[in-house]
Amino acid sequence: MSDVVEKTLSALPSLLSLDSQAGAGKLSPSSKLGNLIKGITELTSKHEEETLIKKELESIKEQVASPNTTMRQMKEIMVRAIYCEMLGYQASFSYIHAIKLAQQGSVLEKRVGYLAVSLFLNETDEFLLLLVNTVLKDLQSTNLIEVCMALTVVSQMFPKDMIPAILPVVEEKLTHPKEIIRRKAVLALYKFYLIAPNQVQHIHSKFRKALCDKDPGVMTASLHIYLQLIKENPESYKDLTGSMVTILRQVVGGKLPLDFNYHSVPAPWLQIQLLRILAYLGKEDQGTSEMMYDVLEESLRRAEMNHNITYAILFECVKTIYTVHPKSQLLEKAAECIGNFVLSPKINLKYLGLKALTYVVQQDANLALPHQMTIIECLDHSDVIIKRETLELLFRITNAQNVTVIVEKMLEFLRLTCDDYSTIDLVGKVAELAEKYSPDNVWFIQTMNSVFSLGGDVMQPDIPNNFLRLLAEGVDNVEDRQLRLFAVDSYVSLLQGETAKLPQRFLQVISWVLGEYSYLREEESDPGSVMRLLARLLDQRHTSTETRSWVLGAMTKLCSSPVSVALARDVCERYSGSLNTVLRQKAQELMILSQDTKLRARVLPAEGRLESPEVDSSLSFLDGYVSDALAAGAAPYKSPHQRQEDLVQEKALSLEPYGLSLPVSLSSCSITDRRSPTLLSMSSGLSGNSTELSHQEGSTTLKLEGVKRVWGKDGYLAQQQSAGETPTPLVELPSPLLSPQSPPSQKPSSGLEPDQEKRQLASSLFVGLGSHNSVCLMGRAETAPRHFRRKPRGESSSGASEGSSDSSHSSRSAAVDNLLHSNLLDSTTVASEGGAATTTTPQQTSQRTLDHTTSNGNPHVEGTEQRVEAGGPLSLIRGNGMVAVVPPTHTQTDPQTQQDLHPAPALERPRDLPLTSHLPAELSGLARSEFTPLCSDQDSSLALSACRVYKEDALVLLVFISNNNDSALHQMVLQLTCKELEISCISGSPLKEVKGHSVSVCLHTVVMKRASVQVELAGLLSYQRPLGQPQAAQFSLSLSLKHFLRPLTVSTGDYGKMWLSFSHDLKQNLRLVTTEHQEPLTATLDALKGKLHLHVVDIIGSEGIVACRLLQGPGQGQPCLLHCRVHADSLAVWLRSPVPELPDSLLYHCQKALTET
Amino acid sequence: MIKFLLMVNKQGQTRLSKYYEQVDIEKRPSLETDVVKRCLSRKKEECSFVEYKDFRLVYRQYAALFIVVGISDTENELSIYELVHNFVEVLDKYFSRVVSSIMFNLDKVHIIIDEIIQNGHIVETNKNRILAPLLALDKMAEAH
Repeated sequence: MSDVVEKTLSALPSLLSLDSQAGAGKLSPSSKLGNLIKGITELTSKHEEETLIKKELESIKEQVASPNTTMRQMKEIMVRAIYCEMLGYQASFSYIHAIKLAQQGSVLEKRVGYLAVSLFLNETDEFLLLLVNTVLKDLQSTNLIEVCMALTVVSQMFPKDMIPAILPVVEEKLTHPKEIIRRKAVLALYKFYLIAPNQVQHIHSKFRKALCDKDPGVMTASLHIYLQLIKENPESYKDLTGSMVTILRQVVGGKLPLDFNYHSVPAPWLQIQLLRILAYLGKEDQGTSEMMYDVLEESLRRAEMNHNITYAILFECVKTIYTVHPKSQLLEKAAECIGNFVLSPKINLKYLGLKALTYVVQQDANLALPHQMTIIECLDHSDVIIKRETLELLFRITNAQNVTVIVEKMLEFLRLTCDDYSTIDLVGKVAELAEKYSPDNVWFIQTMNSVFSLGGDVMQPDIPNNFLRLLAEGVDNVEDRQLRLFAVDSYVSLLQGETAKLPQRFLQVISWVLGEYSYLREEESDPGSVMRLLARLLDQRHTSTETRSWVLGAMTKLCSSPVSVALARDVCERYSGSLNTVLRQKAQELMILSQDTKLRARVLPAEGRLESPEVDSSLSFLDGYVSDALAAGAAPYKSPHQRQEDLVQEKALSLEPYGLSLPVSLSSCSITDRRSPTLLSMSSGLSGNSTELSHQEGSTTLKLEGVKRVWGKDGYLAQQQSAGETPTPLVELPSPLLSPQSPPSQKPSSGLEPDQEKRQLASSLFVGLGSHNSVCLMGRAETAPRHFRRKPRGESSSGASEGSSDSSHSSRSAAVDNLLHSNLLDSTTVASEGGAATTTTPQQTSQRTLDHTTSNGNPHVEGTEQRVEAGGPLSLIRGNGMVAVVPPTHTQTDPQTQQDLHPAPALERPRDLPLTSHLPAELSGLARSEFTPLCSDQDSSLALSACRVYKEDALVLLVFISNNNDSALHQMVLQLTCKELEISCISGSPLKEVKGHSVSVCLHTVVMKRASVQVELAGLLSYQRPLGQPQAAQFSLSLSLKHFLRPLTVSTGDYGKMWLSFSHDLKQNLRLVTTEHQEPLTATLDALKGKLHLHVVDIIGSEGIVACRLLQGPGQGQPCLLHCRVHADSLAVWLRSPVPELPDSLLYHCQKALTET
Repeated sequence: MIKFLLMVNKQGQTRLSKYYEQVDIEKRPSLETDVVKRCLSRKKEECSFVEYKDFRLVYRQYAALFIVVGISDTENELSIYELVHNFVEVLDKYFSRVVSSIMFNLDKVHIIIDEIIQNGHIVETNKNRILAPLLALDKMAEAH
């Protein structure tokens, strides 16, 4: 804390002393509020407070009701009411009086009225409607102060539906001569944007004007809107980069009036805001980032002053530098900055340093290296917050080599903490790391035991679920057996000890595992021992009913030997009279099954346990029933979130399947088709199937977040490929920041000589990072397969050969390959961003590989950048089915699409006009559909046909008007209408006439407003023959969602981020496509890609991630992400999107596409 | 994003609270008690930021008064820490160091906060501009 502050403080008499000095009377003799505050301060118990406040509220109630109360008194009363509510006592009777005060009071009273309203009411309160007129009146007042307070309250809360009533008045204020009014008007509009964005769409140009306002305050206010807009859609605002850079430069350069300074730093919070905006603009955009390098550097340079606020700016600046496209020089400076933070003796700065480090190590784990010793010190810091932040940092740099040390540190922390939230968070992280990087079975089981003991009953339920699934999945190979056996042994010894402290969840896990896998140890011990341990558990008083039922279930599986049967009988007798129906049921089962060996063998076959029972999670056996019900008019199933959505939007149930104006035959078939996606998406909720459970949080599925994006990764992955023969690649990561010449020991922590122990800890914590350890970051990437190894086993049918002693090694090469492919794919996609997708020729690839190999020993930053440039816009088309981005524009490479889009030339048209020749030149190269005849008149003198051209950013619909008569057509007007579509004509001039025996083309771009499975487009062509009556031809054309889908090229990392940010999801099992020469997953995804223009982002093991977008106008599109996982014989698909309708509709098409295949 | 601002005395009694996210009135006291407990239990040499559930607390002590701000974890802690100080400097300026009057003028402190923070965002930090509306109000009231 600065000295200035300290001085100020000491000058202030203590606030509290005022309370206890009993001086309230002296301080504000007439103040009832003063008395109230004083009274409350002197109280000693909650009960007394309650009595006092109740009394106070009574008195307030009496006063507000009295007709003699003046507005001035009312103001004083309101403040007291605010005070009471602040203490948690409702004073709802005063709300109406607050509104009255705002309506009738003179200025100060009015302001207090507004204040009370904003504190009492929430945004959905109906009382607010009563305020609309007052606000409107005050907005139009000639008294600026009244305008001001009305705008203030509007920007705090306003009923959404009433915005149109005041919007014009607020807009008008944007040109008010007083800056404060303009500023508040901008803030009010910002509020409108937050609560009803579509209401202020039309005034975007006015936002721009506000941004350019001559007053810095108004400009600052507009930045709130822009931060929001740019965050949501950076692409549309790239043109603002220049302005933002200029503004920041001016602010940093001290061009603002002096009163914007805070402790001689010019408008620090404005700087921070601008830096945030720049981060959004420059993210993954080299061109835009280059525009801001200078100003970022200047910000770093200017913020040298030793004050907290400059550090706050620096922190933001560092974050921005690490978010935008990297520039080595800046990265170095930023890293230096972080170093200063971390090493600072000021605890707040240290915290911020750790936070910054946590952020940047996600880009480059090596950045942690120079600070090893500091990090170690922070781990043992007396301040628990610092410790916690350090663990967060370690979590980000965990790899297979340091996992045991880091997890131990985390568990150590967990044992001491008593905060539920930290526990839940950390336990989840430990479980994630254990599953990802576990070095061996023993460690894994022991760590999970700690997780279960420490996480107890507060941890996320998916941790035990995932763990059980992990044990249960997989083929019966040696390794799996060992894992299970070890788990069983470990649990038996746990149960032999004190069980009273074990959490219920852990006991349930134990019961399940023992029931399932005790047979593995049966040979070596006496058969009844496990049974007895379980029975002992039942005797414990603290065992919950739920746990008891798990225990009984386990016993049912175990009661094979005579000893066990006898034990089971005792237990049954005890529980068959239980008041709890579940327990009674379980006891009955146990009783019957333990006595009837044959029945037991059939119900619980010993050898069948390894195979997971076939669960038809798609509930296909219900299909008949469902289609009958649908035919009888039942509403289709909606998943809970959809229903929620419907309730929120207060719209009627979606009648989509019925609403389709399709021909009768089509519509009935669409209903039967449709039942599956809508009706069966409940599978996840119902089946209790472990696959589905694993999806929660996605913590163990395909690691979306875990894929690190490392600067210059481009380079190092290629190196890996070139060094493919060496199992442990020793290549150096070309880090733009840490040149290998500067070993981390150059920066010892504040001159302290670290002791041996800490050194050791450091070496174990940071192993796998950096050059000096002789194992580079690659060690980190290399371990990822381990994570993927666990889940796919058993499912990857090739697993039979995997049964060698250490599968982590045996499977490594394949998995590394796999990862390599995917990462390569990932990195090239990153490189290709913004550029048109082109194919990489093998020469190019090898050229790049060569590049990296040469820079291998001595990587410089320049090299990295050169490579990126040289690589240019690249996209990789690979042979093994992993075709990156094949937009419809490049369908030549994709036989399936080609087939679909370029049908045999034999058209069904009566007169086979060579319509192809009428395709506009600019569209001729693009993928298109066949020509669909739309209609023709009786004598075929006029024929209409349509064709769809799949442009990257739109669907172009071409309507061909073929005039087969001698006479020309005049006064032609073509109208296309469909309420779900946005149709715009792009023909240069709307055609009026078509000469005899010729063909004209009308071009329209079409995008979908709202995702729907299929839409019907109605068309009307009116025309006139010479000497004839006006005529019209009607036609209809159905367009399906798939025509509007385009591949969404994202990297795995971005996919992960998007995934987490999307809220609408849907899960469904689909059938797998099986072909002879492809893996089922690849084949299925290929089929989907071909038919629906999806982009396969990555395939790893038995999981694949796919992305697409739904066209919504130029430069826009709604993304939808699919996460596919092979489970048994089906493909578990999980779709996520920011829009509710998209997953549902897309799923329908996926299903259809796969059925057709 | 700022979630709430609290002014609390050393006994943990709330002197002022302002929420930018909907929290039921009934739930506020227990939240405040919990928040204050965490901040009051910190030692002087410990850092001024506390993790609390899924967000963070930034607190600053001025003699017997604690100011605690709840923020989302994407917010810049140190900038909020300084914002609190800016706020205190504004109070200091307006109330001319007569701290006693601060708490008896709950309404005016709220009016000041409304100028600085709206919808959880920092909207004004220029001291003159923060105080301008309030000073104008005072002038009008005097004239009456």
